[in-house]
Amino acid sequence: MAKYTFKDFKSDQEVRWCPGCGDHAILAALQRVLPKVCEEKGIDKEKVVVISGIGCSSRLPYYMNTYGFHSIHGRATAIATGLKVANPELCVWQATGDGDSLAIGGNHFIHAIRRNVDLNIMLFNNRIYGMTKGQYSPTSKFGAITKTSPYGTVEEPFNPGSLVIGAKGTFFARGMDADLALNQDIMLQASRHHGTSIMEFLTNCVIFNNGVHSEVTDRETRADRTVVLHHGEKMIFGKEQNKGLVLDGMKLKVVTIGENGVTEDDILTHDAHADNIGLHMMLADMKYPEYPLALGVIRDVDAPTYEEEVANQLEQVKEHSKVHTVDELLHSGSTWTIE
Amino acid sequence: MQHKVIETSDVVIRFAGDSGDGMQLTGSLFANMSAVYGNGLSTFPDYPSEIRAPKGTVGGVSGFQVHIGRTKVNTPGDFCDMLVAMNPAALKANAKWVKRNAMILVNEDAFDEQGLAKAGFTGNPFEELHIEDRNILVAPIAKLTEDSLKDSGMDRASIQKCKNMFTLGMACFIYSRPLEYAYQYIENKFRKKHPEMIAPNRKVITDGYNYAANIQAVPDTYSVEPIDPVKGVYRNMTGNQAIAWGFIAASEKAHLPLFCGSYPITPATAILEELALHKNLNVKTMQTEDEIAGICTAIGASFAGNLAITTTSGPGLSLKSEAMGLAVMTELPLVVVDVQRSGPCTGMPTKTEQADLSQALYGRNGESPMVVVAAHSPSHCFDMAFMAAKIALEHMTPVILLSEGFLGNGSEPWLIPSMNDYPEIKPRFAKEKEGPFQPFERDGRTFSREWAVPGRVGYEHRVGGLEKNHAGVLSNDPDNHEMMVRERAEKVQRVALDIPELKVVGPEEGEILLVGWGGTYGHLLTALDDMKKEGQEVSSAHFDFINPLPANTAEVFSHFKKIIVCELNTGQFANYLRGRLPQFEYLQCNKIQGQNFLIKDIVKAIKNA
Repeated sequence: MAKYTFKDFKSDQEVRWCPGCGDHAILAALQRVLPKVCEEKGIDKEKVVVISGIGCSSRLPYYMNTYGFHSIHGRATAIATGLKVANPELCVWQATGDGDSLAIGGNHFIHAIRRNVDLNIMLFNNRIYGMTKGQYSPTSKFGAITKTSPYGTVEEPFNPGSLVIGAKGTFFARGMDADLALNQDIMLQASRHHGTSIMEFLTNCVIFNNGVHSEVTDRETRADRTVVLHHGEKMIFGKEQNKGLVLDGMKLKVVTIGENGVTEDDILTHDAHADNIGLHMMLADMKYPEYPLALGVIRDVDAPTYEEEVANQLEQVKEHSKVHTVDELLHSGSTWTIE
Repeated sequence: MQHKVIETSDVVIRFAGDSGDGMQLTGSLFANMSAVYGNGLSTFPDYPSEIRAPKGTVGGVSGFQVHIGRTKVNTPGDFCDMLVAMNPAALKANAKWVKRNAMILVNEDAFDEQGLAKAGFTGNPFEELHIEDRNILVAPIAKLTEDSLKDSGMDRASIQKCKNMFTLGMACFIYSRPLEYAYQYIENKFRKKHPEMIAPNRKVITDGYNYAANIQAVPDTYSVEPIDPVKGVYRNMTGNQAIAWGFIAASEKAHLPLFCGSYPITPATAILEELALHKNLNVKTMQTEDEIAGICTAIGASFAGNLAITTTSGPGLSLKSEAMGLAVMTELPLVVVDVQRSGPCTGMPTKTEQADLSQALYGRNGESPMVVVAAHSPSHCFDMAFMAAKIALEHMTPVILLSEGFLGNGSEPWLIPSMNDYPEIKPRFAKEKEGPFQPFERDGRTFSREWAVPGRVGYEHRVGGLEKNHAGVLSNDPDNHEMMVRERAEKVQRVALDIPELKVVGPEEGEILLVGWGGTYGHLLTALDDMKKEGQEVSSAHFDFINPLPANTAEVFSHFKKIIVCELNTGQFANYLRGRLPQFEYLQCNKIQGQNFLIKDIVKAIKNA
C-alpha cells in the first residue's frame, strides 16, 4: 500500500489553465503516479522537486504540493541540472513546453541530454505559444497560420523525438493528453530510467491551436492512426489489432496481418533498450498518414548519469588527496618562510 | 672587474618578448625569487589577446612586469628601471614604459634585418624610439645560450627555448638575486618527468649570471635589501586563485558544499580552472554549455542548499542578467563574480577596466537590487570572496563580487592566514516552527528570509520569478508588490549592519580625499605617498563595499573640502555617489585605456583639484 495518494501531491493553489486545456491531464497523471514513484524508490515526498521555465505548462509546480521552482524562460533544464548535481538524492521533475525547451531553452535541453542528468522532463507539446496568445513555436507545422505567421510559417518544425534520439538521448517517450493511463505508464518508466527522460506529451491548446493533434488523438480514429510501443512486444496496432510494422529494406512499412502472407511473426518486436538509434529514430519520425504515430516508450537505454559521475570523481579525488582542510590547502604547493 | 653595488628602495623590471619566448615564466621566476628573499612585490602580466600572433610582430608581444621593494610595494609600477626585450617588436611595444635612466637589455640575435623589418623599423631602432640615451646592453643571448648548451645533447629548437633562462641569470646578477631559488625551481619542475632537463637549465642560468658578471657593459648592479619583512609563511597569490580559495574557505566555514557553474571567458577562466582542482574539498564544478546555464545551474544548486557561485567577465555578466533577477526574486544566496575587462561588448578582452559597475548595480529589469562588493588587490580577493559568500548566505541575497583583469592576473606575496582567524558563516536555514512555512517572511534585523532546502520534511514550498506574498503565494496585488519591492531593497541596505566601516588612510580631515574602489587601491596609496614626499598631505578612502555603502560614508566625506573619485571608467562610481549622497560635490579622475592609472595621472588630478 502506497504511503501517499494523489491528494498528497495537490497544492492548495487554484489551477488556472483554461477549461479543456490538455495540461490538466498531464498534471493529473503526475499527481496520480507520484505515490507509486515514491513507493518504488522508497522516498518521501519532500524529496520530490518540480522545476519549470515559462509558459502555460510551466505553471505546473504551483499546483503540486512539493518543493517547486518556477524559473525563467528556457532555463529550467539548467536549474534542474544544478539541483540534481548538488543533491542527487532528489527526484526531479521538469515541466516545459515546446517554446520553453526547444526555442529559448534549446541549448540547455540538448546538453542535459548529452550529459544524461537524471531528470524527468515532461515536454508539453501544443505546437503554439499559448501564454503570449498564439504565435508559432518550433514545433508548429510548416505553413501554420498564427498571429506571427499570418501567411503561414516558412520553416520546418522540430520533431522532439528525432532531436532527442539524434543527440543519443537515453530515454524518449510520447504520450497524449487524452490518454491518462498511458501517460502514467510513461511517467513511471521515466522515473525508473537512469538518466535524462524526455516525455513528449501532445497537448491541445483549446484557445489558440484547437485540434492541432486531433488527426491522431481523436477517440474514433486513434487506434488506427497510432501505435503504442511496449518493450519486448510486437509493433501491432489498429482497431482490429491486425496492422503492424515491418522493415522493408532501410524503411519501415505498415502491413496487415493475414494479407499477402504476412503473419504476426513477421512484425517487428520493439526493443527500447537497443543502444543503436537507427530504428528508434525511424519510429520517432513516423507521421500520419503514411505511418501511425508512435506512442509509449520508444527509447530507454541505461547509461551512467552525470551527477553520479561527478559524485564518484569527487570521492576518488578525496580518497587520494592529502589536503582535507582549507588550512592545509593554504600551505600546499610552493610556500616560503621569512624568519 | 669590481662592480659598484647601488642600494635602492625599489626597482621595476619588465620582461618582454614574443609570445613563445617564455617571458611570463622568466618574470614570475624572478618575482618568486624576490618574494622568498623577503622583498615587497607586485607583478602584472601583459598578454596579447591572440594566442600566437605572427612571430616577431608587435601584436604578439607578451610582457611581465615585476616591482620589488625593500618593504611592501602597492603596484606593479608604472615605468621600468630595466626593460628586457627579446626582439625588436618587444622593444617597440614597451619603449614608452622605460624610465629616463633605465637599462635596456636586448637580445642582439633577434635584431637582424628581418626582425627589425617585422617590427616596422627602418633604421636604428633605439634612435627611432628616441631611447638611444638609455643604458643599452646588447647581448647575443641566442648565441650565448647555444654555446652554453652545445654539449647538452639537446636539439637546436629546445636549446633556443632556454634563452629566457639565460636572461633570467643575467637579471639575477644585475639585481643581486641569489640563484638558489632558481635552482630549486628547476629541480622541482623537472624532477619527475624530465630529470634530464635539470642540468642544462641550471647551467644556462649560471652561464647567464656569469656572463653579466664578466662583461664590462654592466657598470653597476643594484641591491634591494628587504627591511623588516613580516615573519611568517608566505605564498604567491593571483587574484583569480585567491577568489577560488576564498570560496573554498567560505564553504568550509559554512559547512556547505561549494558549487560553481561557469563558462570559460577571459580573464575569469582561471577561477573555474582553480576550483576544478579542489574536488577533495567538496567542490563541484560544472563547465556549462553557456553563461546562462552557468548561473542557472548555480541557482539550482543554491535551491538545493549548496554555497553556489558563478564566475564570468563583462559580456558574460550581460548574459546572466535575467537569471540574476531570478536570484533577486527568489531571494536565494548566490555569488556572481565578474572579473571586469575592457568593454563594451568584446572590447579588449585581455585589458583591465572598471566599467561594469553600473551594470552590476542596475543592469537588470525591474527594481532588482543586489549587493555589490569589490576586491582591491590580488590577495584581498580571498577575503572578498569569503565575505561575499558570507553576506549571501547570512542575508539570503545574490551578491556581485567585482574583480578586474588587473587583479585576476596580477599577483603578490600573501602572508598565509589561519582559518581560525576567519568567522563562522551561519546560513539562514529555517528554524523549526509550527504551521506552514512562509518562505518570504522576514527577519526583523536583516529583513532576510529563511532557507528551506528540498528534502526537509514539512517545508515544501514554491519559489519563482513571479511576484509573491510572504506566504509564497502568487500575487498581483498592487500594495503587496510595492511592499515586496521595498523590502527586497531594504534587505540589501541592511547588509550595512554587518560590513566594516569605511577607513581613511592619511589624516581624517583635510583638503582632499581621494576616493576609489577595486584595483586602483595600490595606485591611490602610492600617489598619497608621493604627495607626502612633496609636502602635501592627502587622504584616501577605498570602497570594498559599494552596495550598500558603509554606514559611515557620509561622515567620512564630510571632513574633506574636496572629494576626487578615481576610477577606470567615465565616472560610474562618482555618479552612483551623486545619487546616494547628493550633499557632496565629486570631482573625477578617470582613465579608459584598458590600463590601470599611472601614479602621475592621480597626482595631476590632485594638483588640478
